[in-house]
Amino acid sequence: MKTENSFVCPIPIQQYPQVLLAHGGGGTLTHQLIEKMFLPAFGNPLLGARHDGAVFDAPGHRMAFTTDSYVVRPLFFPGGDIGALAVNGTVNDLAMCGARPLYLSAGFIIEEGLPMDTLWRVVQSMKRAADDAGVQLVTGDTKVVDRGKGDGIFINTSGIGAVRPGPAIVPSSVRAGDRILLSGDIGRHGIAIMAVREGLEFETTITSDCAPLAGIVAALLDAGIDIHCMRDLTRGGLASTLVEIAEATALQCEIEEVSVPVREEVRAACEILGFDPLYVANEGRFAAFIPPDQAERALDLMRQHPLGAGAEIIGTVKTGSPGLATLRSRIGATRVIDMLSGEQLPRIC
Amino acid sequence: MKHIDEYRDGNAARAYAEAIGRITTRPWTIMEVCGGQTHSIVKFGIDELLPRSVTLVHGPGCPVCVTPLELIEKAISIASIPGVLFCSFGDMLRVPGVSRDLLSVKAAGGDVRIVYSPLDALRLAVEQPGREVVFFAVGFETTAPAVAMAAHQAVRQDVRNFSLLVSHVLVPPAMETVLSSPGNRVQGFLAAGHVCAVMGTAEYEPIASRYHVPIVVTGFEPVDILQGIHMCLRQLEQGRAEVENQYARSVRPEGNPAAQKLIREVFQVVPRKWRGIGEIARSGLGLREAYASLDAETRFGVAGHTTEEPPECRSGLVLQGLLKPHECPEFGARCTPEHPLGATMVSSEGACAAYYHYRRRRG
Repeated sequence: MKTENSFVCPIPIQQYPQVLLAHGGGGTLTHQLIEKMFLPAFGNPLLGARHDGAVFDAPGHRMAFTTDSYVVRPLFFPGGDIGALAVNGTVNDLAMCGARPLYLSAGFIIEEGLPMDTLWRVVQSMKRAADDAGVQLVTGDTKVVDRGKGDGIFINTSGIGAVRPGPAIVPSSVRAGDRILLSGDIGRHGIAIMAVREGLEFETTITSDCAPLAGIVAALLDAGIDIHCMRDLTRGGLASTLVEIAEATALQCEIEEVSVPVREEVRAACEILGFDPLYVANEGRFAAFIPPDQAERALDLMRQHPLGAGAEIIGTVKTGSPGLATLRSRIGATRVIDMLSGEQLPRIC
Repeated sequence: MKHIDEYRDGNAARAYAEAIGRITTRPWTIMEVCGGQTHSIVKFGIDELLPRSVTLVHGPGCPVCVTPLELIEKAISIASIPGVLFCSFGDMLRVPGVSRDLLSVKAAGGDVRIVYSPLDALRLAVEQPGREVVFFAVGFETTAPAVAMAAHQAVRQDVRNFSLLVSHVLVPPAMETVLSSPGNRVQGFLAAGHVCAVMGTAEYEPIASRYHVPIVVTGFEPVDILQGIHMCLRQLEQGRAEVENQYARSVRPEGNPAAQKLIREVFQVVPRKWRGIGEIARSGLGLREAYASLDAETRFGVAGHTTEEPPECRSGLVLQGLLKPHECPEFGARCTPEHPLGATMVSSEGACAAYYHYRRRRG
């Protein structure tokens, strides 16, 4: 087959002559970038699976491999910092593939002038997070850019994990009837960051849920739970995950609004800002798609783990409206859950 | 959460829905004026609980949606001036101008910032005396008092690098425009609770009697809205046309006199263009002479700029309740939240965006 090189930028320049922040927001524009630019450029079956990490056979072993970059302002926030995020985020992507995280790489892009003490605190935090998650940071790279060309520090981490034998944990394994489990309350990371960044003061300090999920996932797999699919809820929140799974499986993901745990202070902050907690970012929560006969046992196992104490069964996979995520509202009506086009913006009034 | 949870209670909502079913004997069309109410109705699926004979149409009460293209273009021009620090409420940033929005100005290097209060913008001006700080003052009577306070303090503290791009609008003239339009279908209103918390309820009395329409001042949670609809339908069925207050926990008949005084001190009533609808007499607030030095249009020389509205966007019909969002041929096709033809597709309170996010593909 003849392949043609395209010299035309696939993102229509008349629409987006420049990269917008929304292209990194985890919503429709991010997906457009992935679908129109990255997938066609680098396309291969492993990337085309569009999972949190690529799972492949190394001779004699099944491995998972993933990468993520971390840009967060401020670098330190209640409940975490960029170092803990960089380790946990990649650990979590491996865990979502059903892999035991083994090794990480770390690439630092540091802005000239960053206080050495700040770098030291970030590194110490990464060390603690790696120890907690049972991974080793085995290779790395450091670049320093001119002052004004970065935002303090950017970190990229890649990770390799060993996949357990057993059925593949991927969207295509999801079946109608699967129950949707959520490992705890949502929205804390996004609101914690927002509160610090914008100087919003609430009665209590909202802390990020930043945490490594490999342990709680291992507890489920060790107990023989047949997890069909998992996703950690990051940018774009629970809503984006449900839309992604519904679209990938051509099934309907329906959740009950009243079953989704949101802490009082996060709900209050969302009311004030006009945000929907379903779309707010998390860094230590995941959704799991579990066969109905194992759902209650999986829920018990999750709740026995410190990171799953607030777990709930929030919904069911159905065949009714293929490709749609839907929500039964607390007053009993059903509506579509859509992906946002960019970041949520605070409302006027 | 007190004052939220009890007004989102499923049992209470269903009880009101049943009560509505019992008293409704004929088809009726009710308009909820405020975009926040529209958003609640579509998000919680309130209209699904109503009898088929009751139609809700979505009114012009979304400040983002009715800000005219001309003002968006002026905002973009001012925000693009090197050195200017342009402050806005968050949801104005994605509203499309002729060829770009304020987020694109930011991506191109402009200093465009989201603030939560006009007083935050004034504080930035005090902290950075060497820079021009402009606040995009949009919204109904709800946001006007905070803007008036910022103007008042700026003049009192002699902050000379602070200015306001003003596009405030008023609810009652918009309701009268809806009622006087030739194709009007609206028989009763849910008035905007928070606007009335500021302005009180007296100015709705003449509208109720002149046009013989019931007007129920209504809150924003599902139970509020269902109770407001119930009160409105009860009036319609009984042939009454009065102003009633469902939202008494927030709205006093006299409103907030201190806020009204501040508004009157800083602003005067002016004619205002509404996006998609056109100019409505005495429908906006502009700065009084004593505060004219804060007018960003004059300061940056954009006062004379005019912009024509694109013909393909029918948001004017949507805002007047003459067209449902999904009835527009461009809806979901050429007009999406990523590429909106008009502001009703951008704002989270816009009727088109609410339908797109919560109703699209239901068929």
